[in-house]
Amino acid sequence: MENKKTTMICAGFGGQGVMMAGKILCQTACDTTDMNVTFFPSYGMEKRGGTANCYVCIDEEPIGAPMVNHVNNLMIFNDLSYDAFINKLEPGGNLFLNTTLVKFRGDRDDINVIEVDAGNISVEMGSPKSLNLIMAGAFVGYTGALPVENCVETIGHKLGGKRPDLAAINEAAFRKGVEIGQAARKK
Amino acid sequence: MSEKIFMKGCEAVAEAAIRAGCRFYAGYPITPQNEVPEYLSRMMPKVGGVFLQGESEVASANMLYAGGVSGTRSMTTSSSCGISLMSEAISWMALQHVPTVIGNFARGGPGIGSIQPSQQDYVQATKASGNGGFQMIVLAPATVQEAVDMTYEAFDLADKYSFPTYILLDGFIGTMMEPVVLPPAKTDEEIAAIKASKKWVPNGSRGKNSLDQKGTLDYRNEKEAEMYEEWKKTEVKYETYLTEDAEVILTGYGISARIAKSVVNDMRKEGYKVGFIRPLRVNPFPEQAFEDLDYSKVRGILCTELSKPALYAVDVKNVVRGRCPVETALRSGGEIITADEIYEAAVKLYGAK
Repeated sequence: MENKKTTMICAGFGGQGVMMAGKILCQTACDTTDMNVTFFPSYGMEKRGGTANCYVCIDEEPIGAPMVNHVNNLMIFNDLSYDAFINKLEPGGNLFLNTTLVKFRGDRDDINVIEVDAGNISVEMGSPKSLNLIMAGAFVGYTGALPVENCVETIGHKLGGKRPDLAAINEAAFRKGVEIGQAARKK
Repeated sequence: MSEKIFMKGCEAVAEAAIRAGCRFYAGYPITPQNEVPEYLSRMMPKVGGVFLQGESEVASANMLYAGGVSGTRSMTTSSSCGISLMSEAISWMALQHVPTVIGNFARGGPGIGSIQPSQQDYVQATKASGNGGFQMIVLAPATVQEAVDMTYEAFDLADKYSFPTYILLDGFIGTMMEPVVLPPAKTDEEIAAIKASKKWVPNGSRGKNSLDQKGTLDYRNEKEAEMYEEWKKTEVKYETYLTEDAEVILTGYGISARIAKSVVNDMRKEGYKVGFIRPLRVNPFPEQAFEDLDYSKVRGILCTELSKPALYAVDVKNVVRGRCPVETALRSGGEIITADEIYEAAVKLYGAK
């Protein structure tokens, strides 16, 4: 475990898998560590196309608010969410951007920006739905906050039942994200 | 059994109810507790229980009344304005001493308010859940694990006193996910034994068995008042943290308390002598926790609540009786108070270090 404490907001449109990205990380933390974990979802009325975001806390100390004011990791899936949350990222924090839909605006010089062309890569890999897994992978690859193999296992449990035909693509997408995250770390 | 599961608050409460032997649930959908009926509609038939969605909260609460009278461990859940609709039936259950469990995943108010989490039902829960001045034991969990444990416990309390028992949750506890360890599931034999122990169950013995309370209403109210007094001796539960040398006390219940506790930890690291009191049950109120404070040291008490005006703070003031200032840090209507806001209010109350 490289980072002792992870606080994160994942934000995007409904349908992009924002909640699932957060849940996979939380579930893995719950299964593989003794740390405290909270997942708090927040969304509008719409199922697809509305704003959706979730708050993730993974901490050795008991967690106070599950909906934190400042986070050390921010995962942004679309333009709207960039505006809404960019100021919630602490100095020195990590910004994971789905650059297929949202570009870094150069408005912060005190954060690490990890650009992931997740939308395009997911299409190339054969399942646009795996966009969230590429993003989650980039987080794990960059921070080392969770063990890769356990995340892969969680993805199998959570998503394998519904669409077993996509299991191979899902795993490959997550691993691709990990690669991108690790490469960004080395830069 | 001791395996950790990552669960949503609503589903964890529903599962805990089943494990406690709840075999009848009636309710009506309302955010933010829809996952409770959703979960139980799926799971209740699998354990031979009954799930009923009434045509309204009014109907559901009366179905709950009937479920309780049958001797079956019975539960409903709702949220704030839905609980208001149920208040007539809750009062009737108190009149006839029907053991049931009522869970309120509170949201903003008054009226339809907002669907976001809130703590504006404190007075309704602790003092006036219906007409007639009755009280219930009110459990107030601050984590999903506590929501599980307290739901499990609520059925025992309901049966112990043969009285409706109330769980005061909020939308945060209902919708957030946390790791939980679930309690053991009661066996069919255990559940049957609990039901058989209720000798008043109307089971066709021509009126010989009845839950009807005896005596004049004056006499019965007096007996109930004695029970509430007994609760103050036997059923008080609270948590204190770092209060021994504390000069400022942060206090609250449920979700706002856990945020306050994290602030206590942050402030201790900075050298502030702050402590923390949290009722695990808001009725009976933990007066002793405040009596035990050394008021020659305590500069003030800060109550944190998701309610405007403050409701819990009134009970705190009634116990403190002017021995130190009691201030508040509040948010309301579905907004969450931040650790920063609590911190600022606590530092202000602390004055010079």
